[in-house]
Amino acid sequence: MSSDLFQYIIRLGDNALINGQRLAEWCGRGPFLEEDLALANTALDLIGRARMLLSYAGEVEGQGRSEDDLAYFRNEREFRNFLIMELPVGDFAFTTARQFFVDAYDYYYYRALQDATDTTLAAIAAKTLKECEYHLRHSSEWMVRLGDGTAQSQARLTRAVAELMPFTPEFFAADEIDQVMQEQGIGVDLDTVATLWNNEVDRVLREAALARPPLSFTRGGGRQGLHSEHMGFLLAEMQSLQRTYPGLQW
Amino acid sequence: MTDTTALAAMFQQRIDAEEKIEPRDWMPDAYRKTLVRQISQHAHSEIVGQLPEGNWITRAPTLRRKAILLAKVQDEGGHGLYLYSAAETLGVSREELIDQLHSGKAKYSSIFNYPTLTWADIGAIGWLVDAAAILNQIPLCRCSYGPYARAMVRICKEESFHMRQGYELLLTLCRGSEQQRGMAQDAVNRWWWPALMMFGPSDTDSTHSVQSMQWKIKRFSNDDLRQKFVDQSVPQADHLGITLPDPDLKWNAARGHYDFGEIDWEEFFRVIAGNGPCNHERLSARIKAHEDGAWVREAALAYADKQRQRAQKAAA
Ligand SMILES: [Fe+2]
Ligand SMILES: [Fe+2]
Repeated sequence: MSSDLFQYIIRLGDNALINGQRLAEWCGRGPFLEEDLALANTALDLIGRARMLLSYAGEVEGQGRSEDDLAYFRNEREFRNFLIMELPVGDFAFTTARQFFVDAYDYYYYRALQDATDTTLAAIAAKTLKECEYHLRHSSEWMVRLGDGTAQSQARLTRAVAELMPFTPEFFAADEIDQVMQEQGIGVDLDTVATLWNNEVDRVLREAALARPPLSFTRGGGRQGLHSEHMGFLLAEMQSLQRTYPGLQW
Repeated sequence: MTDTTALAAMFQQRIDAEEKIEPRDWMPDAYRKTLVRQISQHAHSEIVGQLPEGNWITRAPTLRRKAILLAKVQDEGGHGLYLYSAAETLGVSREELIDQLHSGKAKYSSIFNYPTLTWADIGAIGWLVDAAAILNQIPLCRCSYGPYARAMVRICKEESFHMRQGYELLLTLCRGSEQQRGMAQDAVNRWWWPALMMFGPSDTDSTHSVQSMQWKIKRFSNDDLRQKFVDQSVPQADHLGITLPDPDLKWNAARGHYDFGEIDWEEFFRVIAGNGPCNHERLSARIKAHEDGAWVREAALAYADKQRQRAQKAAA
């Protein structure tokens, strides 16, 4: 039980951490100052969320591992984030489309997770939901602006949506851990989240005057620790100091 | 002609009476120009200043430090935003000011042309660079120009937070392993002199000082502020167990201040002239971000236009 719960929390924590790590790369490089600040703000929320979740995962595991032990001393195959989180930032259209897909997912996911019988997770979800609401509003507004902006912005966004869409079915692929967690009144019903997510994606794409691309293939594997080729580089960068000087206080 | 003279006299009277000058008030052209130059230079410094520290966000050694650093760099961007807005009240657009930065016409603080080579640099910057910024900026909270003064009040609060965080980071390293102490000492060795240069040229060489003092844009001389910085930093360095890289640094009981060595003014003017270690990198990074973002800004404008037209059509 506790190892399933540990795995379950780790997945949520890794999603937030890896997405935050990527988004933080925008800092100082945004298309204009206000948006630079907004991107950093979302990255900060994600890192804050990762800290709460990884700390709690360490507690549940009961072997004395801290948030930093989990973030800095696990290897690539031990990370459990969705592949979409680790993809390189790309251009602003790519970042916008990724955030929109993820924000919409997080919004419905954490809204449901508020009812978890695990009170710590329920409390984290309630706090997170407020941020997700803001993130989703922000990224959907950008989806519409870029989709209904210029020919160039529309072309870039269309390409980004087509590239990212195959990574989204992984959001809803329930496995044994999801089932066990749901039976215990902790996990959320992914079918319900999928329906809500699909409706929201359709609504925003319509408003952005974009067609939803057909899914000719799907990518996944993050939950088994089977990542993309980008993950190793992301971790090498993120973990470099801790790995070079292990066991110190920073 | 006499009108302008009378207005100028009234203007100086208001300044002498410590009244705030507001955007709609009459002001001499030279006052406006000086403020635009100083406020925009300050805004550019905040924005360029995001880059050296931003270099370590993805590599911060703990998640707590990552969050603190990201929030700090975000604060600096926010400072840039307040300052561009303050400059805009003087009748220039942000776009114009950014063009001046990119064309090399406008300056920014030369401190940001030095590289951040290790994690300890993040601590050294917070401790020394933010502290120097605070000493330069606290008098600006009483600057005669209202919008600038008010922006500085908000900014100074955050800068002192940054300084404490930087100092705490260095303290953690100095209480850590030998390698960490070495890293901290090395960072201070590299940042100490550039931090001293942040107060500008020596009073004898400062071109803008006298008039700025009279206008109450500036209240203390460069050398006075630099002395204050040295005096406050020495005991802080002692507490860290760090040696400041200046063999001439010693207490002068007669003056009641620390004496310190001569700044390498050749280096100072070289970096200001654009030939410091990272001038080219910093400016190209800013230009690249601006150019890469052009299509995004165009899209946002195009969308806003379409929305306006739709609203007009709906209203008609
Ligand atoms: Fe600042
Ligand atoms: Fe600062």
